[in-house]
Parts: sequence; C-alpha cells; structure tokens
Amino acid sequence: MVQHHKYDVVIVGAGGAGMRAALESGQRTRTAVLTKLYPTRSHTGAAQGGMCAALANVEEDNWEWHTFDTVKGGDYLVDQDAAEVMAKEAIDAVLDLEKMGLPFNRTDEGKIDQRRFGGHTRNHGEAAVRRSCFAADRTGHMILQTLYQQCIKHGVEFYNEFYVLDLLTVEDKGGVSVNGVVAYELATGEIHVFNAKAVIFATGGFGKVFRTTSNAHTLTGDGMGIVWRKGLPLEDMEFFQFHPTGLAGLGVLLSEAARGEGGILRNSENERFMERYAPTIKDLAPRDMVARAMANEVREGRGSGPDKAYVYLDLTHLPKEQIDAKLPDITEFARTYLGVEPYTEMIPVFPTAHYAMGGIPTNIKGEALADNHTVIPGLYAAGEVACVSVHGANRLGTNSLLDINVFGRRAGIYAAEYAASTDFDDIVEERPEGRVVDMIEHMRDAGGSERVAAIRQELQATMDINAQVYRTEGSLKQALADIEGLKARYVNVSVQDKGKRFNTDLLEAIELGFLLDLAEVLVVSALARNESRGGHFREDYPTRDDVNFMRHTMAYRQEDGTVRLDYKPVIETRYKPMERKY
Amino acid sequence: MSTATTEAGAAPATSTTTMTVTVKILRYNPEVSEEQHWESYQVTAEPTDRVLDALHKVKWDLDGSLTFRRSCAHGVCGSDAMRINGKNRLACKTLLKDVNPSEPITVEPIKGLPVLKDLVVDMEPFFAAYRSVMPFLITTGNEPTRERLQSQKDRDRFDDTTKCILCAACTTSCPVYWTDGQYFGPQAIVGAHRFIFDSRDEGTDQRLEILNDQEGVWRCRTTFNCTEACPRGIEVTKAIQEVKRALIFRR
Ligand SMILES: Cc1cc2nc3c(=O)[nH]c(=O)nc-3n(C[C@H](O)[C@H](O)[C@H](O)COP(=O)(O)OP(=O)(O)OC[C@H]3O[C@@H](n4cnc5c(N)ncnc54)[C@H](O)[C@@H]3O)c2cc1C
Repeated sequence: MVQHHKYDVVIVGAGGAGMRAALESGQRTRTAVLTKLYPTRSHTGAAQGGMCAALANVEEDNWEWHTFDTVKGGDYLVDQDAAEVMAKEAIDAVLDLEKMGLPFNRTDEGKIDQRRFGGHTRNHGEAAVRRSCFAADRTGHMILQTLYQQCIKHGVEFYNEFYVLDLLTVEDKGGVSVNGVVAYELATGEIHVFNAKAVIFATGGFGKVFRTTSNAHTLTGDGMGIVWRKGLPLEDMEFFQFHPTGLAGLGVLLSEAARGEGGILRNSENERFMERYAPTIKDLAPRDMVARAMANEVREGRGSGPDKAYVYLDLTHLPKEQIDAKLPDITEFARTYLGVEPYTEMIPVFPTAHYAMGGIPTNIKGEALADNHTVIPGLYAAGEVACVSVHGANRLGTNSLLDINVFGRRAGIYAAEYAASTDFDDIVEERPEGRVVDMIEHMRDAGGSERVAAIRQELQATMDINAQVYRTEGSLKQALADIEGLKARYVNVSVQDKGKRFNTDLLEAIELGFLLDLAEVLVVSALARNESRGGHFREDYPTRDDVNFMRHTMAYRQEDGTVRLDYKPVIETRYKPMERKY
Repeated sequence: MSTATTEAGAAPATSTTTMTVTVKILRYNPEVSEEQHWESYQVTAEPTDRVLDALHKVKWDLDGSLTFRRSCAHGVCGSDAMRINGKNRLACKTLLKDVNPSEPITVEPIKGLPVLKDLVVDMEPFFAAYRSVMPFLITTGNEPTRERLQSQKDRDRFDDTTKCILCAACTTSCPVYWTDGQYFGPQAIVGAHRFIFDSRDEGTDQRLEILNDQEGVWRCRTTFNCTEACPRGIEVTKAIQEVKRALIFRR
C-alpha cells in the first residue's frame, strides 16, 4: 500500500542544514522533514573544532578578511559572491545560535570565545587569526542538539527513519520542475509519496566511497545520487577533502583544533616538518597542503611506526588543563581506539577522507540548477550535499558548520517564499512510486550471487589507493576500470533479508548503488582536470593551470548511463587569482 | 594495479593478534516468529576491534538479516546503545579486548523499550520523555543585539549535561524505568538539568514543576546504574540529585 502526503515544503535530511532550513520554513509554511536517521544521529553531531565568524571578540577581524581567506583557501575556484554572503552572514549565524541557547566557550568578559584554525588569517595572510567560535571540541554536537531543541520548541514535523529514494519531476514549459519525493519507511517497508511545492535536499556528504574516512556509515550521498539519476548536474565532484589528522588506520577524526591549540605534526625524525612546507603558518596551513605534506613524509621514508606508515600529532607540550578544557573528546578517542595517552604520548595520524566540496549546484538562494544558469523551480539544496560554491577546491576548517547554517537558513526562507507564491503541481504520473518499487522488488527478490559488503570493500579500496591525496592519469584510469567492473557486478547483488520490517540489508544495497555512481563521477571529473588545485592533486600535472581550468566541472549523466562533462565559469568579484602561499 | 600512493596510514601495530570470537545475539523478528531466541556466530577479529565491527562482520559475511542501528561508529551519534555482556554500552565504543573475548560475548537490545527487530527498539517513548521537559532555552524580554553574556564559570556549571547524545543507555539501565511505565527516566532529567543550571535560562520554574510530578525525579532510587552506563561519562545520578535539591530549595 502506498501512502500519500501533501506539504508545501519537504526537507530531506535533519542534520544542521536540514534543521536550520526547517526552523525557517516550518514557521512560514506547512513543512515536513524526512530523515533516514533520527535527527540527533546526523553526522553534523560529529563536528568538533568550530564555526567561524569574524566576531572580533578576541582580536581585530572583519568579514572581508574572512571572504579573502575562503577564496584563497579554495584555490580561487570559489564563487566570490557566495563567499561574501557567507562571511557577512556568519556573524548573525553564530549570534543566532547563541540566542537559541548554544553553550559556546566564553572569554573573560563573557563573550563567545574564539580560536585559531587553518587558513584563517588577519589582513590577507599576515598571521593566523582567532575566528573559530567553539564549544570545546564538540561544536557540531552542540549545533545539532541546539537546532533539534529549537525544532521541538517550534513543533517541526519529522518523519524519522524515512529514506527518500526518488525525486518527482515535471517536464514542461521547456524545462524541468519538482513536485515531490518518494520515500521508503524503514520500520514497515511501506512506500510514501510526498507531493510538495518545494523540496530541499540536505542529505550530507558521501565519504563512504573511501575506506579511510571520518564520515559515518550512513554518509552514502543519497541526495546527490538521486539528483544525478534524474540527469541533473553535479558540480566539482573531483574535489574531495582529505583531513590531515585521522587516527592512523581508523580514520576517526582529530580536529584541526588540536593544532589551533598548539599541537604540532612530527615525522620519524621528530622534525616539525610543516616548517618546510608552509614557513609562515606551518601546521595551520590549509588541509590539502598539510595532508599532502604528511603523505609525502611517509613516501620519502620519514613515516613512523613499524611500517613507517603515519606521522605523529604531538600535544605533549600542552598543559593538561588546556587539553581537558579544549580537546576532551578527541583525546578520549586516542585513548579509546589506539590506547595512546595524549598527555604524554604522541598520537599516530594519517589523512582521512573528510568532506565533499562538490555537489548539487545551487545559487546563493539555495536554488538548484539544471545547467550553468537555469534554476529548477521547486528544488533547493543546502549543506554538504550542495555546491554553492563557497569551498571551491578546498574547504577551510570551520567553514562547513557555517555553510550549513547560512545556506540552510537561506534555503528554508526561499523555499517557503516560493511555496507561498505558487500552487501545488499535482502528481499526474500514474505510478509515481514505480521506479522505487521496481528497484526494491528487484533487489529483494533477485537471486543474485554478489554480496553488498564485498563490492563496497573493493570500491573503497580502489578509491583509497587510486583517487586519494595523490592522483595520476594511470591511477584514476585504474579506479575507473575497477568501478566499471563493480557496477557490472552490482547488477547481480543479492539481499539476504527478504522482510519488510527494518530491512537495513536492503537499504545498504541501495546506498551502495549511490556510492558506485558518485565514485564514477568523482573519478571521471578528476581524470579530465589536468592540473592540481586545492584538494585535487595530479602528480602528472603538479601545478595550477588557470588558463585551462579556472572553471567549475559540471557532470551530467547521459541516457546510456555514461558521464558527460561540461564547465562553468567561476564568479570573480574582488580577488584576482594569486599563487597560494602560506 | 597502478598506484599513486602506497597503502599508508595503517593502524599502529599494538601487538594485535587475530582471534576468533563468539558473539551470542538475542534475535527477534516478528515477521518470522513471536519468540526471541539466541543465536551464536563466530567471527575473526582483532582484540582492538569494536563490538560494532564484530556485528558488521556477522551482518556482512554471515547473516544479512541481523538488524541494528549505527551511524558514526565512534561514540558521538548515540545510535548503537545495546546490552553487551549484560551492561548498557555503545557497540562502537566498546573494544572486544575489554569484554572478555575468550568467552562468548552476549548482545541484547536495551531494556524497557519495545523491541521491534533484533537489536532495534522503539525509541519514541524515550524521545517523548525528553520532549516533555521543555528541553530548549526559555527567555523573556527583548533579544540582545549581540550575544548574551555568560561567564566561563557559569558556562562550566552545566557543562556535564550538555554532553548527552540521547543514546538511552542511562534510561534503559534504570530499574525504576523497567518496572514503572510512567517514569521519565534519567535522560529526561539530564535534559532538563542542562537548562535549569544555564544562567541564561528563565524557564526553571516551569521545568521544575514538570519534574516535581509523581512520575518525576522523586522516583529515582539512586542506584547509580545510569551513571555507570553513560558512554559520555556524565555524572547522571549527581545531576538528578542536583535537580532534587533545586526542588527542595524552591519549596
Ligand atoms: C568528524 C567530523 C568533524 C567535523 N568538524 C567540523 C568542524 O569543526 N567545523 C566545520 O565547519 N565542519 C566540520 N565538519 C564538516 C561538517 O560537520 C559537515 O560537513 C556538516 O555537518 C554537514 O551537515 P549536513 O547538514 O549537510 O549533513 P549531515 O549532518 O550529514 O546530515 C545529513 C542528513 O541527511 C539525512 N539523509 C541522508 N540521506 C537520506 C535519505 N536518502 N533520505 C532521508 N534522509 C537522508 C540523514 O538522516 C541526516 O539527517 C566535520 C565533519 C566530520 C565528519
């Protein structure tokens, strides 16, 4: 039995971006939030270090410096109009959260405290600036809890453990528009069709294409995958951020705040090697530079441990009280998972797949785009699933918690305003749920011989080896060949659980389908970008090439399933591209 | 394979020796049978693997129908609270070496909430209790233009209870909660404590009134199960005591 619902605005995802949007939309118009996880399980809660804004609470700062740092940190692939909006609205975004009750750490005067973070500087690169607002190393947890608390206060309507699997579109007036989604209810296996005037995707990232990642098991890029299968574009998918300090072997994140508080990276010779790579800001250089420097130390034989496979994060010179007050969670991770005592021992770390800079292309109102210019009426995206693009080729630390609040809020407001100005576009398709039902029945009933876990493991292994911090044409071609092989095997994937109730076996199989699609887009986009910029580093093209590649990649799925690439100009307002030195 | 990088970042070798562990899981699927039953599985694992890793091995390699919730896998999202060897813990924060892996490791759903399938329980009553204590900042008057000021000392006053991840390990370890269907349970009191002791909040009276209810704080028998169960190290019993004291002083 298919159930039908009708809402002005449907928000898909209840992380920071989804709930920030819901607080705006929910107070303006009839809104439902559909989320595959209980809201407080969303991965926003794992964020640690902080959310930046030029509050200037502890030292001189202003939003223009923040804009510049964002543009430069993104290796000039940032759309500068969007970066300016984000940096300006950052201040109110942080103050709004404080007024909602977020327990920030405080200065001696009782204001929101701020600390240093990679790539954030005073006066266009002169020195590191204290711009990150934080609550110990639990900033994301506090944001997620605070937003959820506000959603309770305002009676936001949630559909928990509902997996959205398809977007409903209407093709007419020479264009495509959106009028709903199809969701699968985990508890019952029932299908729900939601008719909506506007849909906001806030489904987060897809870090699970890699083996070593700071991302949750559930970050499988569903939102991007759904849009992709509709033939709508994905932007800049080759740009994935590898965070320097994952716990070696595990990928569990240790926030950059550890270095913001004074932590130092050391190689097997006990050398502070970042002095060689970024003489001015050293350990606080942007993440892509630090991650490559670490991988390079290991490659050149200066790694530590029995296999010389990692470097160390050294906090031993920091006072215990500072560690306990500012970095309690991450030091506990080191104790729990590696048995290392950070007061006295150095922590083994190595880069971990962390953040998708690319995603569903949007403008600064959060409206999704069908090509380089055309807005898709009724479709919005915000947060890690979207590409505005404020992060360009490399996101600065603390700019994502900011992004989800600024653009989550905007998407919520504009979607509600759009809903108020338009009538329902009724669903006329005879079986709107058809594609989802067919996919599910095929997976549940087909007697294939391939296991989900095996395919996923092989995908993650090839992505870690061939598409990580260092890439070449050869390595990417290998990854692509591996993905093609895995996609062929995926057709024969089998699900053991044949039931309707809480069938997570089935959903893991569906999520794997999204991962395979997105891995392919990532690799095809990376193969065509014959330059090195931000998080995308090609050893065979080690320099940035502004003549040929100062442009966004726009990838489209063609009828036959292959990937077509196009490009979109970068929006430049104040800042001319310069070499990125720190 | 053509490789651009070596397989770097491998886990530090802390004398890991692969072993075979038996995981004994309380299974339940009403689509098949109304009865719960135990099933044992053997998996190979490292002593430093998490219980969650062992459950994944069962699900991914042996029996895809095994059902449990999980997401972040490092103890911050609160999805995978379960009873492991008779104690409430997060499966992703419990290493095999710490739960005597030479013997079968028992895994059951948390107690006191209706079991829906295998290790999945109905969380709705738990979240309903949380919602009932008005877990949001309540203020009156005009909003300031900048942030509200708060000293770091005042901020520290309620730090402990801000750490809660709503995993339900505390509430479902409480003997009163198991037997009294109406009691809010420890988590809801923790959720209220976080605001009662926040110097910016002005809703204390309303919240204390709710907690003063028959089924409120006075049900607590101070057994400390909740404090032991909390994977975030929150001193839950102490927080409950502080709320009781606030009620007494108010009278
Ligand atoms: C360990 C870690 C630490 C970090 N630290 C920082 C930091 O200090 N500062 C910073 O700025 N950034 C940080 N980041 C990045 C930042 O936390 C994330 O980019 C951001 O929180 C993403 O928020 P989101 O709302 O877009 O997505 P998420 O919080 O991931 O939420 C996604 C939501 O989508 C839902 N969903 C997904 N698929 C479906 C579907 N098919 N149907 C229905 N619902 C679905 C999920 O249920 C979930 O509610 C960190 C990231 C990690 C991993």
